[in-house]
Amino acid sequence: MMRFLLLFSRQGKLRLQKWFLPLPEREKKKIIRDMTTMVLARNPRTCNFLHWKDLKIVYKRYASLYFCCALEEQDNELLALEVLHRYVELLDKYFGNVCELDIIFNFEKAYFILDEFLMGGEIQETSKLTIAKSIEASDMLQETMEEYMSKPAF
Amino acid sequence: MTPSVRLQEMIRIIRSARTQGEERGVIQRECAAIRAQFRQADNGGRSHNLAKLLYVHMLGYPAHFGQMECVRLIASPRYSDKRVGYLGAMMLLDEKQDASLLITNSIKNDLSHSSQYVQSLALCTLACMGSSEMCRDLAPEIERLLKSSNSYIKKKAALCAVHIVRKVPELGEMFTPSVRALLSEKNHGVLHGAVVLITELCERNPETLDAFRKAVPELVQIMKGLVTSGYSPEHNVAGISDPFLQVRILRLLRILGRNSDTASDAMNDLLAQVATNTDSSKTAGSAVLYETVLTIMDIKSESGLRVLAVNILGRFLLNNDRNIRYISMTSLQKIVQTDHNAVQRHRGTIVDCLKDPDASVKRRALELSLALVSAANIRSMMKELLTFLSSCPPELRAHAASGIFNAAERYAPSQRWHIDTILHVLTTAGGDVRDETVPNLIQLITTASDLHSYTVHKLYRALVTDISQQSLVQVACWCIGEYGDLLLKGDCEETEPAEVTEDDVLDALETVLQSHMSSPSTRAFALTATMKLSTRIRDNIDRIRSIVSIYGSCIDLELQQRAVEYNALFKKYDHMRAAVLERMPVIDKSSPGHTNGEIPGGTVKEPEQLKPKPPVTGLTQQPASQVCDLLDLLGGTDKPSEPSLAPPTTAATSTNSTVGGDLLDLLGGLEPTPVPTVTVYEKNGVMVKLQCDKHTDTAVTITLIASNSTENDVTNFTLQAAVPKSIQLQMKAPSGDVIPAQGMGHVTQTVLLHNPSKATLKMRVRVCYSSQGTMCQDTVQVDSFPSPVEN
Repeated sequence: MMRFLLLFSRQGKLRLQKWFLPLPEREKKKIIRDMTTMVLARNPRTCNFLHWKDLKIVYKRYASLYFCCALEEQDNELLALEVLHRYVELLDKYFGNVCELDIIFNFEKAYFILDEFLMGGEIQETSKLTIAKSIEASDMLQETMEEYMSKPAF
Repeated sequence: MTPSVRLQEMIRIIRSARTQGEERGVIQRECAAIRAQFRQADNGGRSHNLAKLLYVHMLGYPAHFGQMECVRLIASPRYSDKRVGYLGAMMLLDEKQDASLLITNSIKNDLSHSSQYVQSLALCTLACMGSSEMCRDLAPEIERLLKSSNSYIKKKAALCAVHIVRKVPELGEMFTPSVRALLSEKNHGVLHGAVVLITELCERNPETLDAFRKAVPELVQIMKGLVTSGYSPEHNVAGISDPFLQVRILRLLRILGRNSDTASDAMNDLLAQVATNTDSSKTAGSAVLYETVLTIMDIKSESGLRVLAVNILGRFLLNNDRNIRYISMTSLQKIVQTDHNAVQRHRGTIVDCLKDPDASVKRRALELSLALVSAANIRSMMKELLTFLSSCPPELRAHAASGIFNAAERYAPSQRWHIDTILHVLTTAGGDVRDETVPNLIQLITTASDLHSYTVHKLYRALVTDISQQSLVQVACWCIGEYGDLLLKGDCEETEPAEVTEDDVLDALETVLQSHMSSPSTRAFALTATMKLSTRIRDNIDRIRSIVSIYGSCIDLELQQRAVEYNALFKKYDHMRAAVLERMPVIDKSSPGHTNGEIPGGTVKEPEQLKPKPPVTGLTQQPASQVCDLLDLLGGTDKPSEPSLAPPTTAATSTNSTVGGDLLDLLGGLEPTPVPTVTVYEKNGVMVKLQCDKHTDTAVTITLIASNSTENDVTNFTLQAAVPKSIQLQMKAPSGDVIPAQGMGHVTQTVLLHNPSKATLKMRVRVCYSSQGTMCQDTVQVDSFPSPVEN
């Protein structure tokens, strides 16, 4: 099970945080601090795996963003790299050539996509197509309702 | 201006703030506005306000006042409200907040909503932050949804059930019947969710595990389908069909096959197929192969399959991708104990990884290398490990050093190799070794008696080169002090000859003493070594005296005490200096003295425990307690009498405390009554007679009288005695240590023997003296004691 997923920039600014385990606010802040310091300190030519407390940390850098997740002992690290990559692909498909600014200004969309892909620390759906369709449909639902609500006849 | 632009506007403003203070100001203003908005009645922009609050929360600012807003939004009928409301709930509410219970009802309602997207929101939120109570409440709903016909909902319900089982394990029984049916689904999402749920159920309940073993053939079928199927655009990742699902199935198979022969048999073929057919050029394939290897090693697989697995790991070691190398080493570490020979085959590659620039890979390679050391490969492995030690990152040094020591101790092919190895480690990483290394090494050196000369030469050379590594300096000082005479003799076949003069040696020790790099214990070593040299060198004794006396006023208390005691040895007790500072006996590793500083209880019983204390407590722990063991003999305890004899030190103490009394005793012993005497020793003109003064059933008092018939004085004359176990011996102070020439005087020493068990009296006496420039030492055995005249 994945314990948490963090996205942060090269300056250490948090762009997205998803926690799959209940933790007090202070604990979360500390973990974020630890992760950013550890991952940002890594040499670019080292492997993408770290050991931290009893967790395996897998991180990957995409352009200016670091995607960092924490796994338990029995989880497969190589697969986690694939999971991170899949998430980036989903974002890319949705935003069209996604960049950090897209995630900053549309953070709630990034969360919605993540919630279609992962749930409770596990993968929900392994097909890119299905996820893209669901997001599209949800967006339509949202807009439809709004249009409906804002029509003067209502 | 539509509300959503306002959100992006706010983000833009916050980002353009140039300082932290400016940002804080902007955020405070916005939060105030949001709070005001929340307090207003129903307005259309609520969801956007919450979204703004969530952004502020992500920057790290407090946002707890949004919790109730989340609850309200979730209850709203509008999808956009619900979407943001549930997102807020997942971010701001967790099971520890009271407000989380308030959304239970909304979730329950939404779970039965007509729109699957609303249902999905509720499922997702429950799986993310559902507390135990919420899970208990809503579990029946989830169970119902597991049987729904909608795959979209089924897959989410499965993962929600996983969360429920994690929170409330007893509820697992509720889901067991329905989940089995899910395995026949075609939809990968549902299959994946089902496999995860089954894994979770089996891990928590052994009965469920037994029940699901019957599903192994079904799972094998699904896997086979995935592996052999053609290209499926929907699920393909780098040539592998749905690696995510494959990995999860393999993991479930691992759990099911563990400890079960039948289940393991059923999956053998499949595992072999996956292992051979999966293309590992990309990460996806490697992930599947990795999981396969883990499964093979964990179940009861046949040996051919295990070898295949280890070979895959070996192949991984040669992969260009650093991640894969790291993974393979972690896996090899797990199996190195059980499949040692198979892993040994890849030793060369593992050792090469020690040179990898990545620190994580280096660490793994080090642990693996240490695990692979065996008697057969110790020499070559040690060479590699020592090279590694000289260039390894500082955080790994201590681990590497201790690993090397352990390996050296277990598999050392020869003592010289062992000592060389330890010396090498001390010179390269002396600062990172543990404290026990110093006494261990000293003990090792004392046992290798034929290598003393070689060792001391090497250590001297190392000391002269560099005095910064404290452990090395300590061992070197000890050895120089102990074997200084061998060093000065200069001839040693095993190293290149070098002329070492007494001045050189003393210079080296003085440098250590005065250097600011030396720790206090190192300086103590050096001081004691200097003192010991006083009996091993000839010409520079005065220099030693001056060094020692300088430290008599040193600020460091330990050094000061030692210096004062050594000074006393020079001044008042010069006659016993040689005996005090003679060669140490071989230290036995398991001797009672081999504890850190604890002196065996018996020694403390010394009756005359006064200043100056025997100057031995300052030495390293083992030698200290060794000498205290010797003192034991004199203290009158039950220690067996060894030929290492009662030292005159206690005689020294007795002199101090009972100065007057001893003299009287001596005088008493010299009464010229015709008491029976026996000559026990006669050689080189020196004669020692034994005179029996008092003889009761349980105690005997004898006097040893030494005389000298040569033309020169006999100097440094000392007597030592030892008796059988059951007898207790007490030696009084001798009258002196110079026997005047030509019979012009005597040296006498009184010995009290206490014999409560009335055993046969036997005594061994060692005579040491200097006569005509040569040191002589002899041991005689006294078996018959003359009986005194009955008065």
